[in-house]
Amino acid sequence: MSKLRQIAFYGKGGIGKSTTSQNTLAALVEMGQKILIVGCDPKADSTRLILNTKMQDTVLHLAAEMGSVEDLELEDVLKVGYKGIKCTEAGGPEPGVGCAGRGVITAINFLEENGAYEDVDYVSYDVLGDVVCGGFAMPIRENKAQEIYIVMSGEMMALYAANNIAKGILKYANSGGVRLGGLICNERQTDQELELAEAMAAKLGCTLIHFVPRDNIVQHAELRRQTVIQYAPESAQAAEYRELARKIHANSGKGVIPTPITMDELEQMLMDFGIMQSEDDRLAAIAATEAAASA
Amino acid sequence: MAKDIADTAEQNNKLIEEVLAAYPAKTAKKRARHLNVAGAVEEGETEILSKCDTVKSNIKSIPGVMTIRGCSYAGSKGVVWGPIKDMVHISHGPVGCGQYSWSQRRNYYTGATGIDSFVTMQVTTDFQENDIIFGGDKKLEKSIDELNTLFPLLNGISIQSECPIGLIGDDIEAVSRKKNKDIGKTIVPVRCEGFRGVSQSLGHHIANDTIRDWVLEAGEGARAGYEGTPYDVNVIGDYNIGGDAWSSRILLEEIGLNVIGNWSGDATLAEIERAPKAKLNLIHCYRSMNYICRHMEEKHGVAWMEYNFFGPSQIEASLRAIAAKFDATIQANAEAVIAKYKPLVDAVKAKYQARLEGKTVMLYVGGLRPRHVITAYEDLGMVIAGTGYEFGHGDDYKRTGEYVKEGTLIYDDVTGYELEKFIETIRPDLVGSGIKEKYPVQKMGIPFRQMHSWDYSGPYHGYDGFAIFARDMDLAINNPVWGLFDAPWKKSA
Repeated sequence: MSKLRQIAFYGKGGIGKSTTSQNTLAALVEMGQKILIVGCDPKADSTRLILNTKMQDTVLHLAAEMGSVEDLELEDVLKVGYKGIKCTEAGGPEPGVGCAGRGVITAINFLEENGAYEDVDYVSYDVLGDVVCGGFAMPIRENKAQEIYIVMSGEMMALYAANNIAKGILKYANSGGVRLGGLICNERQTDQELELAEAMAAKLGCTLIHFVPRDNIVQHAELRRQTVIQYAPESAQAAEYRELARKIHANSGKGVIPTPITMDELEQMLMDFGIMQSEDDRLAAIAATEAAASA
Repeated sequence: MAKDIADTAEQNNKLIEEVLAAYPAKTAKKRARHLNVAGAVEEGETEILSKCDTVKSNIKSIPGVMTIRGCSYAGSKGVVWGPIKDMVHISHGPVGCGQYSWSQRRNYYTGATGIDSFVTMQVTTDFQENDIIFGGDKKLEKSIDELNTLFPLLNGISIQSECPIGLIGDDIEAVSRKKNKDIGKTIVPVRCEGFRGVSQSLGHHIANDTIRDWVLEAGEGARAGYEGTPYDVNVIGDYNIGGDAWSSRILLEEIGLNVIGNWSGDATLAEIERAPKAKLNLIHCYRSMNYICRHMEEKHGVAWMEYNFFGPSQIEASLRAIAAKFDATIQANAEAVIAKYKPLVDAVKAKYQARLEGKTVMLYVGGLRPRHVITAYEDLGMVIAGTGYEFGHGDDYKRTGEYVKEGTLIYDDVTGYELEKFIETIRPDLVGSGIKEKYPVQKMGIPFRQMHSWDYSGPYHGYDGFAIFARDMDLAINNPVWGLFDAPWKKSA
């Protein structure tokens, strides 16, 4: 057995982390890798496409039902999905109550202590959109994930989020050894998206691992609770995910310590690409509109 | 005399310098602002004896040196709310805070524990990991229901928040409103998470605010239909340590006043609800309850005054000052009461003064005591060498000037090291502080009395309390054990 590789997918909420990660992992399993997915989102939707159903028994809900996490058995919360991929979901409280961050910490500790990480080649963490507190940083702390893949697009907020996540990685890079694996651009068909993604990667000191084109077939597969790999294995999109999987597999040990940029630099970059107007331009535009209106 | 004061002041200033010299520069600079020697009053200022304001107080303790402070939860649960006897006070959160505050301070009360009174009992929601992750609101609701079933005679419940409640954002206010509707009893959510503020002092304030918002302003309660008399007063800030409130109350009743509430030692919820009907609030512990007195003054027009029932001099002055707020009958009663207890006071002094005359005392306590007990010692001929507050504010130090003489050493939020050095150098005949200070001081060969708990004795308030106080100080100072300190084989033959 090769050395266990732990990777994590982060990115802005709604960017397609879960979809991208599950498709990639489905392609990895085709390459003969043994995989464990740890869903770290209270919504518990990180394994839906692999299990072809929404995970019902999350670690934390079962623990709450049984009394405490010590009463749980690993089998209760470990389900096997597409081609033998092991799936587990941390779960957590409904929005607005309790502490989901503490839940992630509890769930990951339980899985580790109970041997969920044995006999697998890959552990993949799928984490809630924003690293809002220490709990959601758990997968990048304490020598867990070695490489973080940031899913992003050419949208401004996705770039902001990517930069913030890079800051989080930098914070833990020296103490825990976590590295930025690279960016994965999930195409939104914004202006000069590929160029922007490449520029962002250059700024962060990493590579753009793959540019995943937009294709409606992803939605078709999702409606059937399947990955594209399972739903349409011969499609062009499936080939894209296989390519992404191959690149990630080959990226072992090539993670970098990111060089996040300041807000000013980020805004300057967006202006250079014409995505954002400078203050002067904006004022000029407003003046022009007002002049036109009063004329 | 003037030369003595100048000498003492000079020695104390030198001592402060020596003590600060052990610190790194930054720490020394910070701590210098908390240490002082009581200075001369300005021309024309007659109401105070000295100026003993420290530059800073009520700010964060310095990490790495021992402090003797508590937390907000201690201020709310341990001081203000805990003694209210017909309510159950839930320590909401993990088990430790409740476990270690079990039994309360020595807040004496009458009643049947577990039936209609609950002060020494301990209730906690005992948070587990699941409660942190999923929130504790449901568990809290269940606890309230269970308590109401177990103890049908309880008149209310307070929820004392421990640290995690503030972190996970549980909505204890919503739970309180809901359960108040369900069981029809007063439920008070108190956000006294320990990490708030720099000491227990903020906990007092938070607790006062919840009394205002969830009891006084929440409805009429027991004051509905209460007619009242022109002689109704509340005693505020007497926690009945060792029975203090009882030995105070009899004096107020003897001069003809009607004590309708004692906050919060031996108190019932009804006493709290009825308080705004009083004519006057008599405040003993200013630090922990001045907030609610100011509110009652603004909202309900109840005037307030501070008084002091430690030692005959202060008792006399306070009885006269209190009586002055009422009519001639009360004033005549006050004189009669003072005269009545004169023989007791004389007997106590006759017995103990000769044994205590000239003995020096250093104090380090909280609340009102660093200043209030001073005259009681002086009534026995003793001398205060130094005093300080654990969690005092600027206004406490201003008031201290009414009590201490020029040249007295003043220390705010004193560190373990500083206090030890001060005691070692000054070598007073008695130190009055808490349990943590007791044994190190006794090992230094210096008599000690706990002045938070009255060392399991008391009461010390009122005339009856003075007799006990004098006996206790004599027991400590003149105990023959202090003559046996040297090893027998080291004695010269």
